[in-house]
Amino acid sequence: MIKMTNVYKKYPNGITAINGLDVSIDQGEFVYVVGPSGAGKSTFIKMIYREEVPTKGTVKVGEFDLVGLKAKKVPYLRRHVGVVYQDFKLLPRLTVFENVAYAMQVVGKNSKQIQKRTLEVLDLVGLKHKVRMFPNELSGGEQQRVAIARAIANMPRVLIADEPTGNLDPETAWGIMDLLEEINNQGTTIIMATHNSDIVNRVRHRVLAVENGRIARDQEGGEYGYES
Amino acid sequence: MKAKTFWRHIKESLKSIKRNGWMTVAAVSAVAVTLLLVGSFIAILMNVNKLATDVEEDVSVRVYIDLAAEEEDQEALQQNLEDIDDVEQVVFSSRDDELSQVIGSYGDEFGLFDGDDNPLHDVFILNTAAPEATADVADQAEEFSYVADVNYGGATADRLFEVMGTVRNVGGIIIVALIFTAVFLIANTIRITIFSRRTEIEIMKLVGATNWFIRWPFLIEGALIGFIGALIPVTAISYVYLTGFDRVMEFLYGTYFGLLEPNPFLIQLVVLLLAIGVLIGSIGSSLSIRKFLKV
Repeated sequence: MIKMTNVYKKYPNGITAINGLDVSIDQGEFVYVVGPSGAGKSTFIKMIYREEVPTKGTVKVGEFDLVGLKAKKVPYLRRHVGVVYQDFKLLPRLTVFENVAYAMQVVGKNSKQIQKRTLEVLDLVGLKHKVRMFPNELSGGEQQRVAIARAIANMPRVLIADEPTGNLDPETAWGIMDLLEEINNQGTTIIMATHNSDIVNRVRHRVLAVENGRIARDQEGGEYGYES
Repeated sequence: MKAKTFWRHIKESLKSIKRNGWMTVAAVSAVAVTLLLVGSFIAILMNVNKLATDVEEDVSVRVYIDLAAEEEDQEALQQNLEDIDDVEQVVFSSRDDELSQVIGSYGDEFGLFDGDDNPLHDVFILNTAAPEATADVADQAEEFSYVADVNYGGATADRLFEVMGTVRNVGGIIIVALIFTAVFLIANTIRITIFSRRTEIEIMKLVGATNWFIRWPFLIEGALIGFIGALIPVTAISYVYLTGFDRVMEFLYGTYFGLLEPNPFLIQLVVLLLAIGVLIGSIGSSLSIRKFLKV
């Protein structure tokens, strides 16, 4: 599903973020990406949805070859890769319903499909009763649920979560974790970058530890392994 | 593009215009002021040009025929004059014709010079194809035999052509400069409205919107701002031109000179200004959105 071979990424300012990285992730896996800040975690994740392009090496996501991918084709890749951020990135002027529906409007779905699917995903994240509220009327955990609903609305095959629990209290974080598990159980590959050792150690999945721009440890059901 | 998508873009652009209230006012004013300048400038320049052309076309070369010339000499001279490259027409005017013109212009006292007392020469009046060729034609005509004198308003005409050439060039440059300024002003204004929406653009890109899907509402917004901005100067200029036209034409009554008729000139100007408005509006917005669309 996702395959990176001998990937290097050097930024124009001279910093080498990724330094000969190889990894392969299958469809339906749940993968934690851990590692100290500045180790290349973010760059690694950004290369999956082509926010960053490697300087050298190959990156393949599904049938997309991301290195040779034309800028014009990038939107079509993004429809297969949902992204969730630490800071949610919801549109404050739009209601919960509109925020989710938005993702489908921009890819040209018709309003009937949008209506149906929006309610479906909001039901899945447990916010069907708050469709008319605005993001600032919701708690952090609820906002992250809306962001997740938006990310999976177009039924991506991969969901990337960049520190999804970073801004949330532990209890809320567990709720988000349960939700991600459920989405994973429906067949979506989940790649989650996190600093939350508690979650990694208690809900065991494959762990990719990124250090100095390469995979230092690739362990099925591994531990967090850093002092946090 | 599907019709439904197109309506979405229009709706989005209208929403944005409303939401960015004061920025829209600023952008519209920028377009209005610039196009008012551009429009007035074009109107004035085109009319000065028209008047100058009227004057230029009025310039002819007068070749005075030597009194000693026999009839065949005169015919040979006419042939020579007609053979000059830029000469379009050669008209003969006898000394008697000339005198009656003088009498017509300056009064009956000149009637005293009638008949053999007439001090004037027979004249060939040459019209040139291009006004600029006048001086050249005069020089050539002077070379022929039996030419007593050549007159074409000389230095005055030369000077007029020179001034007109400069006015046209400078005017053209100023108009282009003004249009550039307008594009820049609009680009800047829309950049600010876009800047406040960059999260939105970022999210659109993340969920897989194509660049054109993101761009269309901004393009339409820019075009609308340009169009609304152009309406103001169009109204003002039309009003002033129509009022001014009647007054000036009254003043010029009885001369060869005239301003450009509102139909078609004013109509063309209106269409041109509206088109420039729409064009600079959309160019301005596509310039400012480019940066935000880089993937």
